[in-house]
Amino acid sequence: MSRDDLKATFFAECEDLLEQLSEGSQAMIAGTASEDTVHAIFRAVHSIKGAAGAFGLENLVTFAHCFETVLDLVRSGDLVPDTDALHTILRSGDMLADLVELAQSDSDEIPEAMPAILDKLNELAGIEPGLEAGAGGEETEEFFGFQPVVFDLMDEAGDPDESCFRIRLSASSDLFRNGHDPVLLFSELATLGRVETRCDLSALPVGAAFDPERCYLNWEITLHGQATETAVRDVFMFLEDLCEIEDITAQAAGDIAVAGTEEEADHAVQDDVSIAEAAPAAAGIAPMRTPSRFTPMVADETPAPIELALAAEAGLAPAELADRPKGPAKAAAQVPQTTLRVDPERVDRLINTVGELIINQAVIAQKLLETGLATNSDIMSDLDDYQYLARELQEGVMAIRAQPVKPLFQRMQRIVREAADSLGKEVALVTEGEGTEIDKTLVERLAEPLTHMIRNAVDHGIESPEKRMAVGKPALGTIRLSAAHRSGDVLIEIADDGAGLNRKRILEIAVSKGLVPSDAKLSEPEIDNLLFMAGFSTAEKVTNLSGRGVGMDVVKTAITSLGGKVTISSRPGEGTQFAISLPLTLAVMDGMVIHAAGQTLVAPLSSVLETIRPRAQDVVPYGREGQLLSIRGTYVPIVHLGNLLGFTSGAPITSDNILILIRSEHSGQVALAVDEISDQRQVVVKSLEGNYGAIAGISAATILGDGRIALIIDTDATLNLAGDLGRDLTLIEETQHAQTAAMG
Amino acid sequence: MINILAIDDSLTIREMVREVLSSAGFTVTTANDGVHGVDVFQQDQYDAVITDINMPKMDGFGVIESIRGGGVNARVPILVLTTESGPALKDRARKAGATGWIVKPFEDEGLVNVIRRVTGAR
Repeated sequence: MSRDDLKATFFAECEDLLEQLSEGSQAMIAGTASEDTVHAIFRAVHSIKGAAGAFGLENLVTFAHCFETVLDLVRSGDLVPDTDALHTILRSGDMLADLVELAQSDSDEIPEAMPAILDKLNELAGIEPGLEAGAGGEETEEFFGFQPVVFDLMDEAGDPDESCFRIRLSASSDLFRNGHDPVLLFSELATLGRVETRCDLSALPVGAAFDPERCYLNWEITLHGQATETAVRDVFMFLEDLCEIEDITAQAAGDIAVAGTEEEADHAVQDDVSIAEAAPAAAGIAPMRTPSRFTPMVADETPAPIELALAAEAGLAPAELADRPKGPAKAAAQVPQTTLRVDPERVDRLINTVGELIINQAVIAQKLLETGLATNSDIMSDLDDYQYLARELQEGVMAIRAQPVKPLFQRMQRIVREAADSLGKEVALVTEGEGTEIDKTLVERLAEPLTHMIRNAVDHGIESPEKRMAVGKPALGTIRLSAAHRSGDVLIEIADDGAGLNRKRILEIAVSKGLVPSDAKLSEPEIDNLLFMAGFSTAEKVTNLSGRGVGMDVVKTAITSLGGKVTISSRPGEGTQFAISLPLTLAVMDGMVIHAAGQTLVAPLSSVLETIRPRAQDVVPYGREGQLLSIRGTYVPIVHLGNLLGFTSGAPITSDNILILIRSEHSGQVALAVDEISDQRQVVVKSLEGNYGAIAGISAATILGDGRIALIIDTDATLNLAGDLGRDLTLIEETQHAQTAAMG
Repeated sequence: MINILAIDDSLTIREMVREVLSSAGFTVTTANDGVHGVDVFQQDQYDAVITDINMPKMDGFGVIESIRGGGVNARVPILVLTTESGPALKDRARKAGATGWIVKPFEDEGLVNVIRRVTGAR
């Protein structure tokens, strides 16, 4: 794993941690946070800080540190956060998310709001000034940075390289217990020079008083060689407190010649060690040497009472000990399900391959049929199994890409918070069905439209607290964001309990913008749908939230491009509800295979309302070349698909044509004239943009059973292609209304 | 072969420790919380344990106490790897039975040296 991979791991982990943080702080605000929640958010910030340090992400470390200090106070109960403090905690979480994002884009930029939030955090942390030092990272240096050796003295001694140290190690009784092994220390020291060791056995008790778990020895070591004091201290870095290291180079200068050979020095070490080992051995217990390699013996021989005694020492009741390490089964129940992180590209490749497999299956089926094989023959039924398994496989692979909408929904909390704050409104976001899983691509591409809709709901949906109270509603507005699976689709609803749509105003705006004629008579749903028209914006003054020049039409386009639909419903005084329905995946689609102008095309079944073979009297001319389909008392424009997509030019619509009535998101319905319909089937969607380029009116391609490539029609874009059609349709609507009016 | 068990709730830190130590020739096993760590520890022979302090379910002190207090391989060197460096916490870890202390962020070489020191690996 390279440093970059590690960094990618870090950012992926940050995402999870930020989610926990956001969820936790929400719970704190809502007053539903348990002690565990507070611990969890502390740990989340702490983990980010720890790993950020490893990558030298200073801004992140600095901020996380201050944040963590406050959370530590909350965790320990030293700070009981009031509303204001909770607000700061929420803000800090947002800031941390921003900093992670900046770090991810390799930016050192300090967000504008950061100093202010830092001040707030420091203020909170300052409540108990004495406590701040405890969590500080500043002491790192003090603790582990050893003082550099002053070499000047040695220079004066005449020989700059030779040095001599005396080390007194007064071992604590816990030396062995804490996993230290003096033998290792001595052998490491021996790599620095010649070692003389004297072991002091005077503290060694005899008989029953002897505890083999304890260390009763003290050592005095002399090191001759070229070692620096730093190197020597380094060897004893964990035993600093037990060690006294003295540079005796000057005094020893004359004695060096007297010191023994290295071999002898090694002997000296060995001899002392053998004493250390001999004593426990004499007590009938295996010596504690290099722990792991020898302890199995110890474990087997350790009698139960000792184990209990040790447990008692560690503050554990015997019962606790008994049910503590009871094998993997219990642990498995405690350890949450482990997840596997996989490069999305690999999954995509797999999905692609499975798609090919399904196409391949269709090709084989087609070829077998062409050989005249009976459909009930063995091989055909085997092929059915093949098809079934391939579909299962595909579903399984798709499930890998599925992600819960929870992170997406969690992000909306922040959107609501920020929007509500800047507008002086009080809004709570309630989420439901967070566990609902949808394709990863859908989650990603849903973020923007959803953000916009949520902002809109806060901005236009929820009233100001005063207005709400005036009509007897609670000051706190609620936006309900829910997700659910419904008959093969995912349904996402955004419902606010605001004032509902002001239809009169919407109509006025639409008229003033020339979107509808001033005398148009529209039904309530039709008025509501005006919101989705390009160029419509209801904001009377341009707020910095929803007035960014993007209207609901952009939302609609985004949803439609995902193969989804968005609908709106509203009740005056009670609120507005947007419902988005999306396919579970973008990789397979139910399509209708059609032929037009010699081409095989696929129309998304989700947009097909019905197919019609019209009678001559149902087709009426309109304008110079246009034709309308009269259906159930209304008129729908007929469009020649071949002409529209440029396969043919000026080809007439004849009575041989079949009409496919499709629903257009923008302008009601339209009837596409095609030559033939072959069948309906599931098709594997292959992107054209990656392999060929975007084609107007075409959303993607697929490979049919006979190996031919068929283009998939983008119904909405197809209609937009029709240029003047939009205007024509408005006229048609008018005609339609005139007609309806005339009939009524 | 020297077996190291690294217990940390941060995937990044776990992978980093694994990366640094395995390139130095150690075999690294990881666990993502204290309870899991102690459980893993009891299923194999480890030459050293590196543990974080702040972890869900059981913190680093709990890990040290569990290992020191329970039968198998109770004298294994345990190194605490954490961003905390306050004397009180350090003292608490030592009392619980920690062998040593490494402060995050760590230098690759420093970590390897410390592990070599406590395991006697060269």
